[in-house]
Amino acid sequence: MRKGKTQRNKEFLVIMYLFLGLFLAMMVYFVYFQVYKSEAFINSPYNSLQDLFSEHVVRGDILSADGEVLATTKVNDDGTEHRDYPYGRMFSHAVGYAVNGKAGLENQENFSMLRSHEFILTRVADDLAGGKSQGDNVVTTLDTQIQKIAYEALGNYDGAVIVMEPRTGKILAMVSKPDYDPNTVKTDWDSLTAEGSTALYNRATQGKYAPGSVFKIFTTLEFYRENPESYNTYQYDCNGAFTVDGQTIHCAGNKQHGEETLQTSFANSCNSSFASLSLSLDRSKFQNTCDSLLFNQNLPIAFESSKSSFSLTGKDSKAMVMETGIGQGKTLVSPLHMLLIVSAIDNDGVLMTPYLVDHIQNVSGVEVSANKPKEYAALMTEKEAQFLQEYMRSVVTDGTGGKLAGQSYEAAGKTGTAQVSDSTDQTNAWFVGYAAKEGYEDIAVAVIVENSGAGSTYAVPIAKKIFDVYFNR
Amino acid sequence: MVHLVVEASKYLMILLFLIYTFECFHVFKYNGDVEEQRHIYRVQRGLLFSIHFDAFLVLYLTTYNVQIIGFYLMQLIVLLAIIVSYHLFYKHASELVLNNMCMLISIGFIILTRISFEQAFRQFIFVCAGFIISLLIPLVLQNMSLFRKLTWVYIVLGVGALAAVAVAGQTSYGAKLSLSIAGISIQPSEFVKILFVLYIASMLYRRQDFHQVLLTSICSALFVLILVASKDLGGALLYFFTYLVMIYVATRRFTYFGAGVLALTVAAVVGYRLFSHVQTRVLAWSDPLSVIDNAGYQICQSLFAIGTGGWFGLGLGQGMPQKIPVVTKDFVFAAISEELGGIFAICLIMVCVSCFFMIINVAMNLRDNFYRLTAVGLGTLYALQVFLTIGGVIKFIPSTGVTLPLVSYGGSSLLSTMIVFGIIQGLYIMQFDNRVQKKEQKLKGGKKGAKRKDTKE
Repeated sequence: MRKGKTQRNKEFLVIMYLFLGLFLAMMVYFVYFQVYKSEAFINSPYNSLQDLFSEHVVRGDILSADGEVLATTKVNDDGTEHRDYPYGRMFSHAVGYAVNGKAGLENQENFSMLRSHEFILTRVADDLAGGKSQGDNVVTTLDTQIQKIAYEALGNYDGAVIVMEPRTGKILAMVSKPDYDPNTVKTDWDSLTAEGSTALYNRATQGKYAPGSVFKIFTTLEFYRENPESYNTYQYDCNGAFTVDGQTIHCAGNKQHGEETLQTSFANSCNSSFASLSLSLDRSKFQNTCDSLLFNQNLPIAFESSKSSFSLTGKDSKAMVMETGIGQGKTLVSPLHMLLIVSAIDNDGVLMTPYLVDHIQNVSGVEVSANKPKEYAALMTEKEAQFLQEYMRSVVTDGTGGKLAGQSYEAAGKTGTAQVSDSTDQTNAWFVGYAAKEGYEDIAVAVIVENSGAGSTYAVPIAKKIFDVYFNR
Repeated sequence: MVHLVVEASKYLMILLFLIYTFECFHVFKYNGDVEEQRHIYRVQRGLLFSIHFDAFLVLYLTTYNVQIIGFYLMQLIVLLAIIVSYHLFYKHASELVLNNMCMLISIGFIILTRISFEQAFRQFIFVCAGFIISLLIPLVLQNMSLFRKLTWVYIVLGVGALAAVAVAGQTSYGAKLSLSIAGISIQPSEFVKILFVLYIASMLYRRQDFHQVLLTSICSALFVLILVASKDLGGALLYFFTYLVMIYVATRRFTYFGAGVLALTVAAVVGYRLFSHVQTRVLAWSDPLSVIDNAGYQICQSLFAIGTGGWFGLGLGQGMPQKIPVVTKDFVFAAISEELGGIFAICLIMVCVSCFFMIINVAMNLRDNFYRLTAVGLGTLYALQVFLTIGGVIKFIPSTGVTLPLVSYGGSSLLSTMIVFGIIQGLYIMQFDNRVQKKEQKLKGGKKGAKRKDTKE
């Protein structure tokens, strides 16, 4: 009888177990979301629920790696709170602001600072007394000494400087100018957001610049990939200009570089030679190389940043190919992107995920969570990285980066002098590179100085000041 | 101080609901021991009213709105009335189904009062109406054997109502869902789905040959296609899957089910290609943060709410559920998870599972094929609707825009679910009523005998 009933109800049981399976899968997913996925949503700057926590928690501080206070909340006599930034303009874009919206670390780490991991009994006592708990503090990777020298070295120019440790991904300094005073963002809001004002814009991570000659790193790598056996036999005789289809590419100051190899073309930053070799490159392969080197995608950083753009197709004219090969054309890059590329080159091809937050700690200094160095990806092979290391070193020893030669540290890099547009003579000065010294962690820098002049004259000295301070402390 | 009460209550409510949910399944250990089971059901009711009281205490303390107290008392009376009247009129009603229905309704009251007093009040009126109707259903079911013969009535009424929506319905979120009659907006598909189940059951309870299946399928397709024409794809999916399950159970042939699922997959792909609002929802599902400014806004707000609420919730009245568009309807689960906590939310899913188990149990214990099919059809509708709405809210599956039965705001959804629960109670009672069972068996014998019996009743 019992058996008969089971037999009779077989289909019902199938349906019951089918739904049981569906519901179990759904509950497992719910648990999975809460445990692993929710963090990304909770911490999203779009999550307005975060601000609810400020009713019961005093926003925590932002600290530099060397323990200096970069942002803190002061409670006024009448119980209201205001945010205080002891370093003022120096950290404006990195630290950001938290009134009229949020930016920088104030935005990215908003929720961390609004959560309190204070001792539980202290929190209950605070609650009973009607007071607030103290939020957690964000300890950054930013180094006040490096930030200060970078900030001062850029001087009155607009532009950006950004510094990172290639082997760890730690960002040590991030400067963007024009800047603003985070203490007075609220009162200055109208002028900061007025038409034509770009002070709130973080050029270091969001700037979109023509790369100029620093792009020759990519062109050179592509040429190397397409001619793995014969790149060493490349020869070019430079007479200061190169013309194809009526389009003439000039070398800087029409300088005649004479007989060159690939390496000396790179060290001299010879436009004629690069325009010529660009025409030999396979366009779709070049596109693939650039796409694999972080073009046209979000950069791997938990911070506001923009995508760099590169495109080269069969439809582009020869003139456009030559322009692209020397870093003009349609290509646009951010200083952060260039920093990541040279960091990967220095780190034998492996890019470490860049980060600005070292750890979160509660008010008494107990660590709540920490970021550890993490590999993002190998952007190129070790052999390719070493090839580019050698070329970038020769820029310093024999080429446009000569100002960095003969130091206690060994520097390498690439200069650039990018034309802002066809209609003006204004140029932006670039330097991207890295340096190493026994007993020190390597550092990489990206410098852009707007409306200045040659990279070798305006950008290299800024990098040198940073290296000098860093490697002599 | 208030903050502390809110905080303490949130843990207390989770604990009480955990025990309640545990008892939902624990009770089956005492199958046959009626006394012990009665005791468990009493405990459940105690928990139910404790949670309800605690929630409204918090709602009052966080708003100091005196209306809340009055509203609480009104709800208390109606919940008590439902429980007492079932006990009075139907001694053999399933207490677990009854408790679960009241639990889900009270959770609906709590979260709706929290979000919108006005909507909660309207929901309350509908619960009162639903209570009367669901009380009558078992009575009607026991004394009317007519239901199995009304095949054409179901089709005409059902298809007619759906067609009316397709022609004259109001569009919301890309789909035509509701009809406005004399200022009252109703969603016919919520009621038609019950007719749909009755229709398939009436077609297949006696004959399951290919010809009959084909005939059933043709008319079922009519229902589904009208829903597709109204762009109510969530509804179409609900109907189609229910149809598949019922065909499978009736014919006992898995091939039909397999072929149907295959067809559903093809239809899903075609639907994706054809309807832009389907593409939008799928994109919003796969990577909501990338389209947060438009298509992904709702699901992102939902996930912000669920994530920020965490396991224990922010506490009733402490979150921002209003940030989620249509939170009281399709996304009510997110609001519950946000303020009452993830553990509470999981318990809620388990209570729904418990309801579904009970429905399938009823189906398996019945002997009459028409009722068996009806029960499994309604059970499928219920379970699938719960799965679609919660799965959509937590981003397990793309959002389909269906409501959480008994909890979500909406008169049509609430009334139709209370009717379903009423039918289930009626069928449950039949198991104990030998008289009825015998009568049904005779009915199968011949029409004439049945008619005579009917007139006697």
